[in-house]
Amino acid sequence: MLTRRTLLAASCIAAVSLFACERKTEPAQPAAPTAKPAPAAPQPAKDKKLRVGFAQIGAESDWRRANTESIKAEAAARGIDLIFSDAQQKQENQIKAIRSFVQQGVDAIAFAPVVETGWEPVLKEVKQAGIPVILTDRVVDVSDKSLYVTFIGADFVEEGRRAAAWLGKATDGKAMVAELQGTPGSAPAIDRKKGFEEGIKAFPQIKIIKSQSGEFTRAKGKEVTETFLKSPEGKQITALYSHNDDMALGAIQAIEEAGLKPGVDIKIVSIDGVRAAFEAMVAGKLNCTVECNPLLGPQLFDTVAAVVAKKPVDKRIVTKESVFEQSQAAEAIKTRKY
Amino acid sequence: MPEPRRASLPPLLWPLAALALLLCFNFLFTPGFFSVEFRDGRLVGTLIDILNHSSKVAIVAVGMTLVIATGGVDLSVGAVVAICGAVAATLAQRAPMPVIVLAALGAGLAAGLCNGLLVTRLRLQPIVATLVLMVAGRGVAQLITDGLIITFERPALVAVANRSLLALPIPVWIAVGIAALAAAFTRRTAAGMLIEAVGDNDRACRYSGVNESRLRLGVYAFCGLCAGVAGLIECSYIKAADANNAGLFLELDAILAAIIGGTALAGGRFSIAGSLTGALLIQALTKTMYMHDVSADVAPLPKGLAVLAVCILQAPRVKTSLARWAGGRA
Repeated sequence: MLTRRTLLAASCIAAVSLFACERKTEPAQPAAPTAKPAPAAPQPAKDKKLRVGFAQIGAESDWRRANTESIKAEAAARGIDLIFSDAQQKQENQIKAIRSFVQQGVDAIAFAPVVETGWEPVLKEVKQAGIPVILTDRVVDVSDKSLYVTFIGADFVEEGRRAAAWLGKATDGKAMVAELQGTPGSAPAIDRKKGFEEGIKAFPQIKIIKSQSGEFTRAKGKEVTETFLKSPEGKQITALYSHNDDMALGAIQAIEEAGLKPGVDIKIVSIDGVRAAFEAMVAGKLNCTVECNPLLGPQLFDTVAAVVAKKPVDKRIVTKESVFEQSQAAEAIKTRKY
Repeated sequence: MPEPRRASLPPLLWPLAALALLLCFNFLFTPGFFSVEFRDGRLVGTLIDILNHSSKVAIVAVGMTLVIATGGVDLSVGAVVAICGAVAATLAQRAPMPVIVLAALGAGLAAGLCNGLLVTRLRLQPIVATLVLMVAGRGVAQLITDGLIITFERPALVAVANRSLLALPIPVWIAVGIAALAAAFTRRTAAGMLIEAVGDNDRACRYSGVNESRLRLGVYAFCGLCAGVAGLIECSYIKAADANNAGLFLELDAILAAIIGGTALAGGRFSIAGSLTGALLIQALTKTMYMHDVSADVAPLPKGLAVLAVCILQAPRVKTSLARWAGGRA
């Protein structure tokens, strides 16, 4: 009886502490800043640590994890007090987190919006509180652009165009494409689709014959590809364009199970450039990945410092990115951080 | 006063009718939907895919059905799937296969027992008790995987969801096995009647000497175990543990399957065959959407409408008047 009770109590405590973990403040540095030499980055006041709230989407992929790591590591290196919140893919959680940042009176708020729309009310509250907002990695759809200072992130439309350009080159402009879209309504899904469609206009013989959402996950990517291959048009598919690497990795399994050779019978191009994608390229199963750089911590905090110091910043800051093919994969994999 | 005539239509009628209707639709409008071929010693085709993918929901729905029959609900199954998948994937490269399976199922069982204890000992409402694990469980899974998607290439573990046995995918056989086991246990012994009795009136049950608390503990543990099996299948399917997305919204699909199958959410009445049909219906609907290129953002709508239709037809009031109407015409 006693043991059962103890077990129960232990599990309750575990549950409570997990809740607590979600909103923990990042222990950026030991509490006494005077003990350490002042960090190299410019700071408005040496006696007061900069406080920045960051509302992350979640930890849905390796890419996102690398993104989080980069932001946390950079904050720690600069001695910035980072309040980090994980929204677990829910907009309402992000809105709650942003409101709590306002209440805590942070110097700047940065967030990667889960979806594009529905941000106006909360961003107006932030604006009234006089706190600058920096968007990372995804943009929001608001009519009043003064609601945020700048948007740092990849150009998803350009990524789609690059994927299309690579496919056009690799297939001599002839391909029947199946497309795995991201989560419906999310900025990368909308823009990567748009960019790819723009890009293939240069190749009249490249057609998208199947397109469905794989929700950015391996399991859905695999299941949807399975359906693609069994559909009446399935036999014509010669290429697959996936909005992220994870879905492409799921698709590779589905293609193998259908008795085809991924990367050979069906050319695969995806976006993100996570480590697993490089491994798949080395194995010859993925043809190309368009990099979407998650390591934007340094750029983010440069911008925060500039904004807090009231220096002008560009409304749009694009991250540095490249395209990797199979031939470069073995070499590039050695230096990948994520 | 004479008792009003009881509804005499078989409970499985509407879910089966809905499934038949959907198949008819596909027969007419989806080319290649029914083509099944025999390749490399196994059947290949869209119908087989539906069976394969519905088995995960079906397995969880069997456990869920028994929990619902006692008047409870288990919201944590999706998170438990994530935990068990994470356990299996973490052990995949370094433990013998039986250990992997036992550890994953053990994690599911432990989660189920934890839910059961909260419900029976602390008398927490099931929805609250299991909500705790639903929220915390994904965190546990993240801790196990260290926030990474853990991939593996263990042939035995990969085989669970990707190989076939006697021409059908292994998950289908697992689902059939678990359903048969549950059906035999509840219908060949008094357990089924007692579960329904607990769901109907647990106090009366207790006063008549039924150990209702042990019975409840048992169904939650079983439900957790089912989720463990589903977790093993899910991680085997993608050869990876994805703590964020494994089993996401699975609890809702399992509850839907049970309700479509005629299990009363208030407890006291359940049908395992009904839940299996429900799971098949849900997956067949999803597949139909995919085949017809219905975009994923509107796909839940037809799914919801279909479920609503089945549920309206099953509402006691509609049912009695339908039965009366049928009786009047006979």
